[in-house]
Amino acid sequence: MLKQGNRRLARAALNAPRLFLRAAARRVRQFFGISLARSIGGDLATVLFLSFIAAFMALPLVYVFVNAFKPPDELFLFPPRFFVQNPTLENFSDFAALIENSWVPFSRYAFNSAFTTSAATAAHVVFASMAAYVLEKHRFPGRRLFFSVVILSLMFSSEVLFVPRMLVMNSIGWMDTYWAIIVPAAGMPIGLFLIKQFMASVPDSLLESAKIDGANEMYIFWNIVMPLIKPAWLTALIFCSQQIWNNTSGAPFIRAEQLKPIPQAMSRILDGGIGRWGSGAVVSLFMVSVPITVFIIAQANILDTMTASGLKE
Amino acid sequence: MTDQYRGPGLFKRVGAHWVSYLFLLPFAGAFAVFTVLPVCISFVNSLTRYSMLEPPVFVGFDNYVRMFTDDEVFQLAMKNTIFLALIIGPGGYLASLLLAWMINTLPRSLRTVFVVVFYAPASVPGIYSIWKIIFSGDEYGLVNGFLKRWGFVTEPISFLYDPTKMMMVLIICQLWISMGIGFLSFVAGLKSIDRQYYEAAAVDGVKNRWQEAWFITLPMLKPQLLFGAIMAITGSFGISEVTVQLFGFPSTDYTVHTMANHLSDHFSIRYDVGYASSIATVMFCLMIGCNKLVNRLLGRVGR
Repeated sequence: MLKQGNRRLARAALNAPRLFLRAAARRVRQFFGISLARSIGGDLATVLFLSFIAAFMALPLVYVFVNAFKPPDELFLFPPRFFVQNPTLENFSDFAALIENSWVPFSRYAFNSAFTTSAATAAHVVFASMAAYVLEKHRFPGRRLFFSVVILSLMFSSEVLFVPRMLVMNSIGWMDTYWAIIVPAAGMPIGLFLIKQFMASVPDSLLESAKIDGANEMYIFWNIVMPLIKPAWLTALIFCSQQIWNNTSGAPFIRAEQLKPIPQAMSRILDGGIGRWGSGAVVSLFMVSVPITVFIIAQANILDTMTASGLKE
Repeated sequence: MTDQYRGPGLFKRVGAHWVSYLFLLPFAGAFAVFTVLPVCISFVNSLTRYSMLEPPVFVGFDNYVRMFTDDEVFQLAMKNTIFLALIIGPGGYLASLLLAWMINTLPRSLRTVFVVVFYAPASVPGIYSIWKIIFSGDEYGLVNGFLKRWGFVTEPISFLYDPTKMMMVLIICQLWISMGIGFLSFVAGLKSIDRQYYEAAAVDGVKNRWQEAWFITLPMLKPQLLFGAIMAITGSFGISEVTVQLFGFPSTDYTVHTMANHLSDHFSIRYDVGYASSIATVMFCLMIGCNKLVNRLLGRVGR
């Protein structure tokens, strides 16, 4: 009897720290918002693995960053070196001087970039979300057809579209206007597709109860749907703003120098010859840092959603 | 609303849904004029001989016939493209899914850092050129320097011009930049899954992360999986700038010549818009076929 009691006591004593650890781990995971069916070892291994890959993926960012601090002899060094040996701020002062003397002020290019990027991104996010909302939640004739056209259009090479787009732009007289960049971006199929895929997770019962309470469609869309699909439109925002900022498709439609965005100004700076490479590296750093700032702010705002939580019966 | 079930009356049904059409209109207008219309014009262009300098001449299906009977480089490009799509499409797709899933369990600050870093290669334009430093064909290239220092090779390997090595280098670089919008959509999609489901699953006896992934995460993520699949398809068929930056144009023996390269060649260098448009049409059909296949595969997730 006594022996058995002892054994039970010993087992309990042995188990206590384990139970305590398990409880502690659970508190830690709850604090960080980690789901339950996980082991600590697995979590650690995950972080280690991710860090290893991250070191490899971070190369471009590091490279653009260190390049801006390289003196000219290192920019032209053969064989090229990845890291900077004698960092200098010379490139930044060169760039400042260049800005002051440029024919079209750099601030004008910066304004063009900032304006077209923010206007196009705002239009794209709002219009694509509106379209995605009705395509997923309303039952009207033609919605399936429209959505399949959107998906099909993604598969056509955008390079060839350049000629017909030019024709269209010319015939409606939008060459050399901001419209030429903003409106095509507003109708980009990728954003609609992306947002529509998230729209399915918005519960119908929530929309119906709002309707019963007398809310109109615009109110439902703006005050109920948009907050719920925030991760979706933030992702579309990141993507669209980067596309427009890097000016991948709008370039040929703008010929007037004072309407051109920074990437074109960049080529003008590099046209100034080899002596301008240092300034070019600074512009590259600037070009990369703006979307990354937007990206970090947007990403940090993608939180856990509680779509279904408000609906417990 | 009752009109919907009473047979034809399309006008009435459209009229009853005018609010929906109003919501669709701003996007649909921009999309129709600047995407759908240009795609339709391109289909027509593909049936012409058109150099941008002279007006187009209708030639029927000549471009397509020429492509498949007379243009050996195109056939090689098609073979390369399909090969690359088969490796990079699924590879990049699974890698982005795996990484997004791993990132999802991390605390917010750490997660943001990882997402930014992983997305960086895809978002910094023209960044692939740093692979030229890494794979440079002389002893100064990072890989060659490493191999020689440790005695694996005695002569530097010409990674960028040796036809037996080029494909491998291209695949590495392309996988490196494949964490794009598909990856971002996975990250956002995973965040949109309500934690209730995981908690309920843990109570119902889901024991480890693998079961949780198969029975909860993947089925809930299906809309994003479909999105990511299309992005992977368009991405892997559209490879062109990377090969030009790394291997020059044309690459040695057209080893890494892709359909998108071939299209650029005819479009931007030879100004043969008709032929380029017909290449785009063929790529379009191939991608649709791939998409059908992928949709069928994704239909099995979580079963």
